[in-house]
Amino acid sequence: MQKTKTYGIALTLLVVLLAGSCLLFGSADIPCSEVIGILAGRTPTNESWAFIVLQSRLPQTLTALLCGASLSVAGLMLQTVFNNPLADPSILGISSGANLGVAFVLLAGGGMTSFVTTLSAAFVGAMLVLGVILLLSGFIKSNVMLLIAGIMIGYLISSAISLLNFLATSEGVHSFIIWGMGNFGGVDVERLPWYSVVCLVGLLMAVSMVKPLNALLLGQRYAENLGVNLRLTRSLLLLATGLLTAVTTAFCGPVSFIGLAVPHVARLLLGSSNHQVLMPITMLCGSAVALLCNLICMIPADGGMIPLNVVTPMFGAPVVLFVIMNQKKIQHFN
Amino acid sequence: MEPIVVQAEGLSVGYPKRIVQRSLSFCLRSGTMACLLGANGVGKSTLLRTLCGAQPALEGNVKVMDKPLGNYSSAGLSRVVGVVLTDKTFAGGLTVRELVALGRQPHTGFWGRLHRHDNQIIDEMLQRTGIERKQHCHVAELSDGERQKAMIAKALVQEVPLIILDEPTAFLDVVSRIEIMTLLQTLAHEQHKAILLSTHDVEQALLTADELWLMSEEGITCGDTHQLLDRHGMDGLFAHQGIVFDYDHLRYAKPTTL
Repeated sequence: MQKTKTYGIALTLLVVLLAGSCLLFGSADIPCSEVIGILAGRTPTNESWAFIVLQSRLPQTLTALLCGASLSVAGLMLQTVFNNPLADPSILGISSGANLGVAFVLLAGGGMTSFVTTLSAAFVGAMLVLGVILLLSGFIKSNVMLLIAGIMIGYLISSAISLLNFLATSEGVHSFIIWGMGNFGGVDVERLPWYSVVCLVGLLMAVSMVKPLNALLLGQRYAENLGVNLRLTRSLLLLATGLLTAVTTAFCGPVSFIGLAVPHVARLLLGSSNHQVLMPITMLCGSAVALLCNLICMIPADGGMIPLNVVTPMFGAPVVLFVIMNQKKIQHFN
Repeated sequence: MEPIVVQAEGLSVGYPKRIVQRSLSFCLRSGTMACLLGANGVGKSTLLRTLCGAQPALEGNVKVMDKPLGNYSSAGLSRVVGVVLTDKTFAGGLTVRELVALGRQPHTGFWGRLHRHDNQIIDEMLQRTGIERKQHCHVAELSDGERQKAMIAKALVQEVPLIILDEPTAFLDVVSRIEIMTLLQTLAHEQHKAILLSTHDVEQALLTADELWLMSEEGITCGDTHQLLDRHGMDGLFAHQGIVFDYDHLRYAKPTTL
């Protein structure tokens, strides 16, 4: 418990530090005191600075913070539900499902869509794939085979998306490609409250499932014997996962690796797979990683940004490789 | 006489398209350890799964604590039947204490918080199963025998009158097999649990079980271990395979090797 507290405090400080950095650094050079003043409600010396901080940096920081926590928790839930350390929304094709939904509305709408339409389309796509994966998991008992099935679903959806691109207007294709590179800047101030509420609802659902998630570590039959209503629990867990994947994918693009790698980082830090401590630490790690990726994206100071999906694999792939290569030594695999 | 914990009449178990065993009748009292013996595929696991509510009975009645099994909710059933299975678990990253504490889930609230009473029971059962020294170790670090003890402790903290174990000594070495079977016998007697387990270890079953449940294709024969031996009731178990019981050496063998 002491270890958890220490990591909890350290990670909270890290998240605050990184969030602060995201607010301070950017393409425009705004003095630190001015940024603090703007956040405190004072009028800055340069009017455009207030616009940059409040309309661009603040929503981008909050979006990254929530997106990191959401994707990591979605990955954690999938890994436990399918008892599969390599499960995550992108590998199982759930993000692809959300992609297809977004592609459909973006390409049909020529690049312009409302918050509710995009979110609903992503949610329907994500839930459809989740449903198929759940159905397949009844027939496919092998974890590796289920992952391959997820990858195949991803391929199928990619071809559908390619077809949609082929049929769409060039404006639609352009905005879809930009969206596909990933970006925490896609949520503007008007959409931020809605985005935050949906993320928080998903995260709250996840937190409320800590008890059955722990029982599921023993496998389905043990969990059932401990009084867990399997059908209800699975449905709620997948609903929460679908919601979190859909909202993040709809507005930040298909962000890879955070959902897969961050739960492993949290488990390795804590040396525990007890969800009572793992869930909050995973959220904090996810936020920290997403904020860090956001900072790295802003490195080119000339106003351009590195696409998010260039940065996340640089962090995620080594973690996953480390985990795979050391699985005999890592407790939560044995 | 100890109260009846589980009672079945005319019970058929199996799957809608394939009945595995039909017209089974038996009862198990608290404070009794019963070993279910039989060849592979005869229906031992199917019967155990039916008794712990994981699959429905096809015909007949099963009552646990005087209440029909089908009338229990999943939460209600978790307070009367505890299981130890051969299933692979993914709990290597939990400490032994955390694993055992999962057995309190049927009794804890929404968040699964443990109170003083829960911790007292966990302490007691860790001690009774002899793994209190390992309680802060990760499950991944345990030997197979210790893991099995931890799972038994989990079933004990569930505070259920009936514990069902599916081949708890499979994959264990001789020392662990003897330890686990002796532990289960002691727990049945001291904690007044009804314990039903399936096993292929005839030798240990004869030494520790109060009752033997012999399952063959013809059905099930239940009886006190000593009485079954006295009245030469062990022969039918592997009769189809041409194997008989050697009452002098207390083992099953082909007649030619006797």
